[in-house]
Amino acid sequence: MRIECPICGSRDRREFYYRGDAIALARPAPDAGDDVWDAYLHLRDNPAGETRDLWQHEGGCGAWLVVTRDTVTHAVHAVELASDVKRAMA
Amino acid sequence: MRIAGRGLVNRDKPVSFTFDGRRYDGFAGDTVASAMLANGQRLMGRSFKYHRPRGVLSAGSEEPNALVTTGVGPASEPNVRATMQEIYEGLAVRSQNAWPSLDLDLMAVNDLASPFLGAGFYYKTFMWPRKFWKHVYEPVIRRAAGLGRLSGGPNADAYEKAYAFCDLLVIGAGPAGLMAALVAARAGADVILAGEDALMGGRLNAENEHVDGQPGHAWAAGVVAELATMDNVRLMPRTTVTGVYDGGMFSALERVNQHRARRGEGAPLECFWRIAAKQSILAAGALERPVAFANNDRPGIMTAGAVRAYLTRWGVAPGKQVAVFGNNDDAHRTARDLAAAGVHVAAVIDSREGVSMEGADFPVLRGAVVCNASGRKELESVTIRTAGGEHKIQADCLAMSGGWNPSLHLTCHLGGRPTWEPDIHAFVPTPGAVPGMHVAGACNGTFSTHGCLAAGVAAAENALEALGRKPEPMDLPQADDAPYNLKPLWSVPGKGRAWLDFQNDVCVKDVQQAAAENFRSAEHMKRYTTQGMAPDQGKNSNVAALAVLADATGRGIAETGTTTFRPPYTPVAIAAMGAGGQGKGFAPERLTTSHAASLAMGAPMVEAGLWYRPSYFPRGQERNWRQSCDREVGFVRKTVGVCDVSTLGKIDIQGPDSAKLLDLVYTNKFSTLKVGKVRYGLMLREDGFVMDDGTCARLGETHYLMTTTTGAAGEVMRHLEFVTQCLHPEWQVHLTSVTEQWAQFAVAGPKSRELLNGLLEQPIDNDSFPFMACGSERLGGVAARLFRISFSGEHAYEITVPARYGAALFDLLVARAEALEGGAYGMEALNVLRLEKGHITHAEIDGRATAGDIGMERMVSDAKDCIGKTMSERPGLRDPERGQLVGLRPVGAVKQLTAGAFLFEAGAEARRENAQGYTTSVGFSPDIGTFIGLAFVMRGRQRHGEVMRMVDHLREIEAEVEICAPVFVDPEGGRARG
Amino acid sequence: MVELKAQTPFGELLPLHIGDMTVAARDLGQLTVLGVFDRAGLSKALEAAHGVALPEPLQSTAEGDAQCLWFGREEALLVGPTPDEALAKHAALVDVSDGWAVAELQGPGAEDVLARLAPVDLRDSVFEPGDILRSQLRDMPASITRTETGFLLLVYRSMAATLVQELRRAMEAVASRR
Ligand SMILES: [Zn+2]
Repeated sequence: MRIECPICGSRDRREFYYRGDAIALARPAPDAGDDVWDAYLHLRDNPAGETRDLWQHEGGCGAWLVVTRDTVTHAVHAVELASDVKRAMA
Repeated sequence: MRIAGRGLVNRDKPVSFTFDGRRYDGFAGDTVASAMLANGQRLMGRSFKYHRPRGVLSAGSEEPNALVTTGVGPASEPNVRATMQEIYEGLAVRSQNAWPSLDLDLMAVNDLASPFLGAGFYYKTFMWPRKFWKHVYEPVIRRAAGLGRLSGGPNADAYEKAYAFCDLLVIGAGPAGLMAALVAARAGADVILAGEDALMGGRLNAENEHVDGQPGHAWAAGVVAELATMDNVRLMPRTTVTGVYDGGMFSALERVNQHRARRGEGAPLECFWRIAAKQSILAAGALERPVAFANNDRPGIMTAGAVRAYLTRWGVAPGKQVAVFGNNDDAHRTARDLAAAGVHVAAVIDSREGVSMEGADFPVLRGAVVCNASGRKELESVTIRTAGGEHKIQADCLAMSGGWNPSLHLTCHLGGRPTWEPDIHAFVPTPGAVPGMHVAGACNGTFSTHGCLAAGVAAAENALEALGRKPEPMDLPQADDAPYNLKPLWSVPGKGRAWLDFQNDVCVKDVQQAAAENFRSAEHMKRYTTQGMAPDQGKNSNVAALAVLADATGRGIAETGTTTFRPPYTPVAIAAMGAGGQGKGFAPERLTTSHAASLAMGAPMVEAGLWYRPSYFPRGQERNWRQSCDREVGFVRKTVGVCDVSTLGKIDIQGPDSAKLLDLVYTNKFSTLKVGKVRYGLMLREDGFVMDDGTCARLGETHYLMTTTTGAAGEVMRHLEFVTQCLHPEWQVHLTSVTEQWAQFAVAGPKSRELLNGLLEQPIDNDSFPFMACGSERLGGVAARLFRISFSGEHAYEITVPARYGAALFDLLVARAEALEGGAYGMEALNVLRLEKGHITHAEIDGRATAGDIGMERMVSDAKDCIGKTMSERPGLRDPERGQLVGLRPVGAVKQLTAGAFLFEAGAEARRENAQGYTTSVGFSPDIGTFIGLAFVMRGRQRHGEVMRMVDHLREIEAEVEICAPVFVDPEGGRARG
Repeated sequence: MVELKAQTPFGELLPLHIGDMTVAARDLGQLTVLGVFDRAGLSKALEAAHGVALPEPLQSTAEGDAQCLWFGREEALLVGPTPDEALAKHAALVDVSDGWAVAELQGPGAEDVLARLAPVDLRDSVFEPGDILRSQLRDMPASITRTETGFLLLVYRSMAATLVQELRRAMEAVASRR
């Protein structure tokens, strides 16, 4: 598997650290309530199809990335800098 | 025997080797198989289950029978295919799976017991009684089963792994692959051409054909020569592409030095490649399929294509009287080639009716089949069945062809399923099965040389278009375009065992039995009979077995489906996949600047993450580590000790928003920390459990220096980057790891300041440098940083200098400490010192502990949010029944405590349900005079004074312990401040 | 007064000659991480003070004794001079001169040696002199730059011995094929 880092270009997946669902970008407010926090930390879909995950190019430039990929075909559709995605969420 | 004037072996270079200790002669270019056949030696192996005598079936990597062991001792290698192993002077080959010898194998008794050993034998037999498994069944199966044996010693050979990158990977160097590589290379693409064989050319080296007016092998050699001159081409002979992975990644195994006796310093035996290719062309050819008939596994029976290969490529006649049996025109080609080479053709037995064969000066039987074979260790005759009945003919070799199966395996590695092609009665790759892969030639069901050349050009043109390149115009070389004309024949009905899977000894009746017992799906049949589960992964048997299954279940083959092909295409030694990972190659070693000095002082080193740290520093009269450790603890408690703490993670944090970051990641506040001060900080994960702890110093208004534990440095850095990039990209803050920049030493003990003041250019006192102060100092002309922090609870400092001065400073500090009757201390003493103070390490904060569990709930500030705060307030994490950190001391007869032991109420049975807690760390405290420990105990803080049972079931140790406060020495903390 | 003697990261481990290849230690002078807060301002200040622009990702710049290497996301490495104080307005400045072990690998086969250690494409057609990347040599975090004469390799100082050991093994393997 290869991931196209927006900074470094196409790289072997060995250079990347996998964290999990990109929902981690949307940290709830402290008083958002148990359900919201539960959903943020624990409740995950397991789609046959598109997912958005957080990876870090730890063995490269160090950037955190949002990778959109397909769990069925394994195609990687998009790789974005997490900082850009987070800024756009604001 | 060898035929004069034929073959591509080098007759000027004789090569001798041994097989089971006996010397054989061949030529450079021979494989073990071709050289053995040239010497008239057919018997090369014994089968897996029935120990049947076996000879070669094929001339390639699909070989199921002729598996041998090469080399001796720790360098020996089992399960080498004799058809792939090139001979070299001095090569030692041994047969395997036979005892006492290949010729006389006593396990062949299994063959007589075959009625009991059919499909499902294991499942039906080794069911009960249960205890028989360990003492009867397993030893028996282990002795009888398995192919070659490992030496039992560490592998003596070197292996390597490497990466390669290209525009186009061409897999297979036959006519299609060569043509594709040539077209792509001439168009300027960066091409890797990987061929499994030592000699590129594929079937062109094995067939009696012409390409472009030259013998096929000469044309191939010409193309290879042209490719070899091109800078944009990498030729990889002896390289099998073994797997296809996502994103254009391929694995390949190169047999770098398997064909050489002398390898040179550091030379690898094999290289495991990972190849990243933008486009790929599969031109892997096709594998000929045997026909199943009774005793079709006798030595001397081989595929027709293999017979032609031995004849044309190696100049070897595989027999004196060769019968040819087939269901397609290749049978005729084989007979003609044999006759042209002067080999006696006993008969051509063609299962098809009414086919013509002009100019044959040998008997041609139409509508006939071979239905049996005689001769145990060597074929003697075959029985032919025609409409008129059965008769035997003498033959010492039978060339058989049931047609060809495209080598489409790699197209299935990403989950693709092949498509049944009724015209050729074979599976072909499904288009688009692998993104970016183009399929060309025989592996796509195109069997003529002309067709393969044309397909190679077309595939290259498609790949070039995807790469944005234009092919140069090129004329297609003239080549043979013979028809195939196959009429399916999978198995010949009759009595006796007819082999499908030679390697796993699976016969037609086994598949029929599976179907009869209702294992009707391809996957169930495979598992029940083990067909296709041997190292050849059913390359020789899959389609025929499916055809038999289809027939037995009344379905078509397409409907019956196939099993799944997975990597690797051919076996890959674990040693190749793990190349470089043995010994010191397992992981990088991180060495501190004091490493050499510690070794010189005799310190045994222990691993801490990737770091190596001194365990203790033995002195002459000490007989065990405990004595050294006790002495070193004494240094710190009584005079002064020196310890290298450079391995702690150090993160430089700068920027206007640094304080905001620290307030978010630590439970306590750092925005209020004064410049020149240090504060202890606790860090949670977002789920409320403790991640790490450490100190953080404020070096300037917008400049902090964080320390982490040695083991969690990477995790904490990643976490901080996550917070700054993913949660607060708007913050201006920059993180830099400076772990490596600074050598850092703890100077701890009542005389620590005295020691430092002998070195610092500006001496310090308690007013100028109180507890938890930090600042820039100078010593020996070098800028240093000084932190007054204490892990031991004593009056202590940590001093850092740029790493280049680390070794010198360590030597100096140790010398000064020794002058004050102290000295260096290691990890053992460090651990005891922190235990005596109840300071936690990752033995306590193991990912399951909350701030409350370790008695630090007050460190979670009410005044602000922090990572993990909300979740740490969950009722379950605040439950008083949770384990709370306590101290332990032994109060009974047994004085030893162990880490990982369970705690029970006095008098309670030591069962899981009764466990009240467990110990996390223990050590012998010279101060207290006994072992002490830390433990998590339910409601532990209210149970100080209670006596409990400590039971270590693993080490069988039980002790009475008293629960106490986790701080054993100087509970008021006055010493650190003094 | 005491005197502290400096040690080099590789000590006696380098140089190493195997086949026609050489790996030797390099002393590049001061190494300063520039944590970028303001790209345009920093680039200007760099040019004014040291004559080098802030490099684009995967690039390096050089002028006289000063080099500036791209070093990661929002990060560059000033190589050679002591950073001018004016830079501090636009970037975090962190001295890492002692944090990295620096070596240069030269000779025919150098590319093949690195192909055995790093999962990156270093073909000369795609990785030209002055190009730089961050990756891993075996499992060691590293920076790799193609120079006019070879490859400049930076790994953590504590891993210097492992780098030499891995280079030696790969160089022997490559040399054995030539
Ligand atoms: Zn990157």
